[in-house]
Amino acid sequence: MKNWITTTATALAIALGASVASAEEELVVYHWFEYIPQELLDKFTAETGIKVTMDTYDSNEAMLASLKAGGMGTYDVAVPGDYMVKIMTNEGMLDTIAEGELKNKGNIMEQWLDVPFDPGRKHSIPYQWGSTSFMVNRDVYKGDINTLAILFDPPAELSGKINMLDSQGEVMLLASLYLGIPQCSTDRAQLKALNDMLLKAKQHWASFNSDTAKEVLVSGDVAVGMIWNGFGAKAREEGANVEYAYPREGFNVWMDNVVLLKDAPHRANALKFMDFLLEPENMAAVTNYARYAAGVKGVEPYLDPVLATMPEQNPPEGAKGVFIEVCDEAVQKVYDQIWTNVKK
Amino acid sequence: MAGGGGTGGGVSASTYAGLRYWLLLPSWLVLGFIVLAPVGVMLIYSFLTKEFRGGVIWEFTLDAYDQFFFDRGLFGDEPPKIEWTYILIFWRSIWQAGAATLLALVIGFPTAYFIATRPERVRPIWVFLITIPYWVNLLIRTVSMKFLLRDQGPLNDFLIWTGLIDTPIHVINTDVAVQIGLFYSYLPFMVLPIYAAVERYDFALSEAAADLYATKWVALRRVLLPSVRPGVIAGCILVYVPSLGAFLAPDLLGGAKNFMIGSLIEEQFKGNAGNWPFGAAASMILLTMVMIILLLFARQQARAEREG
Repeated sequence: MKNWITTTATALAIALGASVASAEEELVVYHWFEYIPQELLDKFTAETGIKVTMDTYDSNEAMLASLKAGGMGTYDVAVPGDYMVKIMTNEGMLDTIAEGELKNKGNIMEQWLDVPFDPGRKHSIPYQWGSTSFMVNRDVYKGDINTLAILFDPPAELSGKINMLDSQGEVMLLASLYLGIPQCSTDRAQLKALNDMLLKAKQHWASFNSDTAKEVLVSGDVAVGMIWNGFGAKAREEGANVEYAYPREGFNVWMDNVVLLKDAPHRANALKFMDFLLEPENMAAVTNYARYAAGVKGVEPYLDPVLATMPEQNPPEGAKGVFIEVCDEAVQKVYDQIWTNVKK
Repeated sequence: MAGGGGTGGGVSASTYAGLRYWLLLPSWLVLGFIVLAPVGVMLIYSFLTKEFRGGVIWEFTLDAYDQFFFDRGLFGDEPPKIEWTYILIFWRSIWQAGAATLLALVIGFPTAYFIATRPERVRPIWVFLITIPYWVNLLIRTVSMKFLLRDQGPLNDFLIWTGLIDTPIHVINTDVAVQIGLFYSYLPFMVLPIYAAVERYDFALSEAAADLYATKWVALRRVLLPSVRPGVIAGCILVYVPSLGAFLAPDLLGGAKNFMIGSLIEEQFKGNAGNWPFGAAASMILLTMVMIILLLFARQQARAEREG
């Protein structure tokens, strides 16, 4: 009997000890698909002994929904876009990073330090920033591509060969820019026009897809693809004769950010991960992989030289990039209705 | 049954007679927990108020069902008209799933018949071969189907190479692609029950029919088919019901342009709209519909048995 008790106690102790130890050495990341090189995660594990588990999502909205449906308390960090950082802050989903908790906070570039969506960077650090526009296959269409009409009122040879990102925020922004109406407009006539224009434009679209946005351009399934600039650069580098457009009406500019989630089970590890990403060499590795731009000082020596002259990274003089605004509930309700009308 | 268990070691069914209900308890718990509880949660959610940006507020409302059946315009303040959007989505799903089931039946029945008529020794190998592709995840199989069907894909290349067509057939991102995808996703669910039924069928009956001057077609229709009917019906239900709620095929093969019920519901929970009560209401309406279809099947089956 005594023997039995000792064995059980030992087993329990081992089990408990093991679980405590593994809790110490874990980090659970909720991240966009294809957005961080595996080697970088391996490097983090090698340096800190922290094992990284990662789940992925394909839109800011999908990430928010999944966190609200019970993901809080599971993940330590997520990587929302600018407007989504603001939404998550309003929803009380983010933990505050106290002054001095991040030793590499000084590496953040000045212009990305005091941003409107997170003044003083209390909840987030910059990950990557870039733009959302579209690419056109130059074998199929040789005309002027720097207009949003390519997406919303395309020439005959492009009709039916367009893939849109399955992302309400970005589609609505580009549509508003095309019509020349403000974002989150409360004007009924303008909203009605937005709805009608999108319904008409849909007839020209082949599909809505985000995760295969690059692949359908490379394979030639579509001739026009709404896409993020870095993802689009990869499509070009994989051999597609595609050109990234900078529409005159404007295009979307965004910044993705690593945020510390409320109730993070491994808060200390999350901070270590943020510090790790703020090292110029590591952030440069992300940029080299994802083909966007870093918000960290001193990355230049580590960057792939191609990036400096990459057309997707270098908008022409006077190009107009616009951040997505967060609409209030009444307008968002109409946006949701329009989105349903478009996608039904 | 009662005698069968006795050979092992003197244990018979009567040994446990007094415990019968207690022994059923685990299965009731499992059923209650994994079947009834989630459906119950959905039922409750469908009557709750939508929270801005996903989630629910615990206030009773019929808004979700109202949204499903009534169209109040873009701004929600016009007098209600009948909302055709979602009825159309349901109708599309019924039609798409029906087409896929028909396709699965047309291909699956001869396949099952073929396997069942092989020598007993090799039948398991054929069944095994049918299931091999299904060891791979559904998502991967659907994406592969996308590669096969695309305009510059192997299927079109092959057809052009044979000279049957000179320009690629445009299938991807159409309803046909969705039907092919659904058919392919659930084909084994058609083949296996029919195979099980045909395997038990006594082929001497077909021979007897032939001796009595039945043509092959008549023998198939009047003798074989009625005998294997339960297998065929089971197969149809097993293909039809999951096809009805599928969202991978319409998303990946249909281009996510035309909602099916499954994609509509998915969008409410993880997509841009984030309207949980509405997603729950659509689920409940789908569930009710499936239940009615199954009840009609069961009633017809019972009637057929009474008459036969």
